[in-house]
Amino acid sequence: MNGMENNWKTIPAFHPEFDIERCDYKNGCSICSKECSFGEISMHPVKDDDGEVRYRPRANLTACNSCQRCVKMCPEGAIHIEFQPMHTSHGYWTSDYASNIWRQAGDEGGVLLVGNGATGPQKRYFDHIMFDACQVTNPSIDPLREPMEIRRYLGRKPAQYGEEIGPQLKLDVPIMFGAMSFGAVNKRVQEAEARATKDVGTYWNTGEGGFFKDLRIYGENTIVQVASGRFGVSEDYLKSAAAVEIKIGQGAKPGIGGHLPGEKVLKAISETRMIPEGSDALSPAPHHDIYSIEDLRQLIYAIKEAMEYKVPVSVKIAAVHNVAPIVSGVARAGADIIAIDGFRGGTGATPLQIRQSTGIPIELAISAADTRLREEGIRDTVSLVASGGIMCSSDVLKAICLGADAVYIGTPVLVALGCGLCQRCFSGKCAYGITTNKPGLAERIDVEQATQALKNLLHAWGEEMKELMGSMGISAIEALRSNRDRLRGVGLNEEELRILEIKHAGA
Amino acid sequence: MLTIDTKGLYYKSLNRHIRGYLAKGENRILLKNILGQRYIGGGLNSDALLEVYGTPGQDLGAFMNGSRVTVFGNAQDGVGNTMNAGKIVIHGKAGEIPGHSMRGGKVFIKGDVEYRAGIHMKEYLDQVPWLIIGGTTKDYCGEYMAGGKLVVLNLNNVAGSPVGQDIGTGIHGGIIYVRGHIEPHQLGIGASFSDIDDADSAFLS
Amino acid sequence: MCGIVGIINTDGHRIDGSHIQEAIRIQRDRGNGLGGGFAVYGAYPENRDKYAFHIMYEGDRHNPAVSAVEDYLQSRANVYQSEQIPVYPNDRIPRGPYFKRYFLKPIEEFLSPQQTEEDYIVEIVMHINSMQDAFVVSSGKDVGVFKGMGYPEDIADYFRIEDYQGYMWVAHNRFPTNTPGWWGGAHPFTILDKTVVHNGEITSYGTNVRWLEMNGYQCLLQTDTEVISYIYDKLTRRDGLSKRDACYVMAPALWEEIDRRGDEKDRYLRQIYGTAIVNGPFGIVLTHRDGAIVLNDRNKLRPVVCAQVGNTYYASSEECSIRFLSPEVDRIWSPRGGEPVMIDMLEGYKEAV
Repeated sequence: MNGMENNWKTIPAFHPEFDIERCDYKNGCSICSKECSFGEISMHPVKDDDGEVRYRPRANLTACNSCQRCVKMCPEGAIHIEFQPMHTSHGYWTSDYASNIWRQAGDEGGVLLVGNGATGPQKRYFDHIMFDACQVTNPSIDPLREPMEIRRYLGRKPAQYGEEIGPQLKLDVPIMFGAMSFGAVNKRVQEAEARATKDVGTYWNTGEGGFFKDLRIYGENTIVQVASGRFGVSEDYLKSAAAVEIKIGQGAKPGIGGHLPGEKVLKAISETRMIPEGSDALSPAPHHDIYSIEDLRQLIYAIKEAMEYKVPVSVKIAAVHNVAPIVSGVARAGADIIAIDGFRGGTGATPLQIRQSTGIPIELAISAADTRLREEGIRDTVSLVASGGIMCSSDVLKAICLGADAVYIGTPVLVALGCGLCQRCFSGKCAYGITTNKPGLAERIDVEQATQALKNLLHAWGEEMKELMGSMGISAIEALRSNRDRLRGVGLNEEELRILEIKHAGA
Repeated sequence: MLTIDTKGLYYKSLNRHIRGYLAKGENRILLKNILGQRYIGGGLNSDALLEVYGTPGQDLGAFMNGSRVTVFGNAQDGVGNTMNAGKIVIHGKAGEIPGHSMRGGKVFIKGDVEYRAGIHMKEYLDQVPWLIIGGTTKDYCGEYMAGGKLVVLNLNNVAGSPVGQDIGTGIHGGIIYVRGHIEPHQLGIGASFSDIDDADSAFLS
Repeated sequence: MCGIVGIINTDGHRIDGSHIQEAIRIQRDRGNGLGGGFAVYGAYPENRDKYAFHIMYEGDRHNPAVSAVEDYLQSRANVYQSEQIPVYPNDRIPRGPYFKRYFLKPIEEFLSPQQTEEDYIVEIVMHINSMQDAFVVSSGKDVGVFKGMGYPEDIADYFRIEDYQGYMWVAHNRFPTNTPGWWGGAHPFTILDKTVVHNGEITSYGTNVRWLEMNGYQCLLQTDTEVISYIYDKLTRRDGLSKRDACYVMAPALWEEIDRRGDEKDRYLRQIYGTAIVNGPFGIVLTHRDGAIVLNDRNKLRPVVCAQVGNTYYASSEECSIRFLSPEVDRIWSPRGGEPVMIDMLEGYKEAV
């Protein structure tokens, strides 16, 4: 050996720094090292000035990705996270790209995995879109004191007045919690989602990992997924929920399947997914009964038949280049709700290259889909749900103005539970106990507190949306659906404005 | 008493005439054939009395600061808008937002009024505005109310509630007295029921 | 801010235009001289079985648009009569575009199997409106619209509306905010025999206009009034809703109230016609051959006063205009927000006209 292995060494860009003056190590405190589930902090013996050997915290410089758990848990406020990337002098070859190659070359030559949503520099269109407000020619409305309605009903509407209306989901806030399966998150998180949505009057989505028997009391606020692996899908699973969603794809990994290794398929996962303990759980890339649009229709109606047409069927797709015609086809295939997930959408685990480079922004996708459905005269028959990259309540409202009936949020749910966005959801080591089932970590989620936090999130965003609507003189949210006239673009080119169907500011 | 036949007079010249006569010492003017002229009594601060026959226009008595206006007929929208002192008596009904932002003075309306009666009435030091409605009101009566007394008498005993939805929504001062029934769902945000106490009885009698 | 006056006699008794001209004059301050107009029903009794097209042409009678439109009309309809609409320029309105009126009927063989006569006429209107320099001001049977740039009382003089008689009149005084004032953009706005005058500015415009375009309407004027007319047309004529239900769709009850009443029909209407909701402040008078509807937004953000004197009904932004027309009234009231006032012509009114 000539030490060549060091050529491939990568040093994490982040590490904790300890203020030893403040640190309570002298009294034996070691909270930080216990809290760090990634093993970045160890207690290291040091001889103090008084000659005593005591254990102090030390960064191992191996694993930190700035989840901030240690910072938040330190009772003395003695920790902060340093950002120290390995700079290259090369203007084109940034250390990110170099590090990825070092990791691949020096390790197993594998596909790099990440969690969470795309981090790339692509334009965030929401930031380039501004709302209108009332001045003089009509009155703004005070949402705190006059009625302001944000309720939405999702589901198929008849094309002709007089025909029967399909089953509807009633959303008192037009925000649902997007699919996050058991496995990706733990049962405590799902229970908090279920309770919060029940209390607030909206829906959460089980994802494809099955539906716990003892959470089925929340079925009226639950959307269950049928994905390519059909895990846990049975007649009673379908009938336990308010709606069924066929998952074709998700924004973080369009066209990609999943693989939950057998060693992770423990008792609880085995039960919800209805597969033997220790068996690998493979989600194929496509549904192998859907190779074309007519096959999707076949599956939609298979579900509708089984459900006796009592619940709406949703189809979730990733926002890809041809999203508009695809959505049109899905609508005509019989979907009652179509969820479109933009490329910023999060995930438990995805190949880095897919996350960063596949799909399109939700702002453009939802606009194109809404426009296409209107051009074909079928917009009102189907509901559109936007997701993937929504970070605040004004994003929700902008998505609605661009043509969505409601939104799914995923990452904001995790952040509301404390997620520090370290993007290692796939590791099973989540320091906040959100994306892990590990004993000792999962318990970091207190269901009561988590429920309250999610209710707070929905309430706060709902109130903020009412403020925005009030300033626009809108008292019913359906009057904003596809209302591009209340938006203006700032710093967008003509093509972008055309696709978003909005005018530039000043016009 | 001076009488002006206002037929066909535009409000600008009518009100200039009124101010001119008042400046010359006239303190009682009868306006006949009023039809839609705006701002009658607007900004007046003498103790003069204007008697109005007909249908005065928007913002009757706006910014009035001490004069008196009596209307023999119906008034339109914005009666007593941001009034500081004085008295307005309407022998008919009035339109939208009567008493908007009144800080003082008294407005008596014999008949019904429309939406948002007494919106944002407020008190200041010893100024306590009164808005007394003989008939009924519609929604958002007393919205944002910050002070003063708003009374709904329903003298014609109209069946059902004499006020609409969202009564007193955002109220943070003042009192609304309603003779009649109010369902809990009619109450606006921040408004609550309370029993009549001695001070209330004294005021009402 | 705009001013509205409407008069309807349900027996079909006709009056000339001088009354409404004076009534709207009182509300001069509600407009700014950038648009005024009148609609009159019962204007053409001798031609009441034909569609009366008032068409405005930019410039004068030499504009090639005139012959282009007339060639098109000839190819699509039987035109029984055509004439210039007389105008009387004065110092307040010294000039205007060229106006003609045509009395016509569709050529029946040209109707496609699914198409009603009215659908066919709407198609003609939409086509002419998309042509250069031409604009259909009105297109209903026995209805005429006179409008333009100026205060309404001056527009009335320009067209000498006292020369016309009608059992129903509406007037509009415009204070344009969003769209520049121009002759075609003045109100009233009509499609077939449905006319809308409107006060307010709707905030749901973008949603409504997209819904209408999806349903085959072209909203060329970018005005709220056009959108309201088309929504009403779509709901009543195309979808067969009752007048009450059409009004309800535009100004629905709060969900909370629907829940409280447990009214599933109202829930259904709001669920399926969410994008036809008209939000923001509005007071409208919507007239059709057989009656009128007065409707406010559900928060009552614009004033409307109604009155009745025998079989004559009035609606106005301000009471003073009503009192001008009739100092004494049997009944005078302001409708609640979202609650339509519907006035229907009495049986046999056409004989009276």
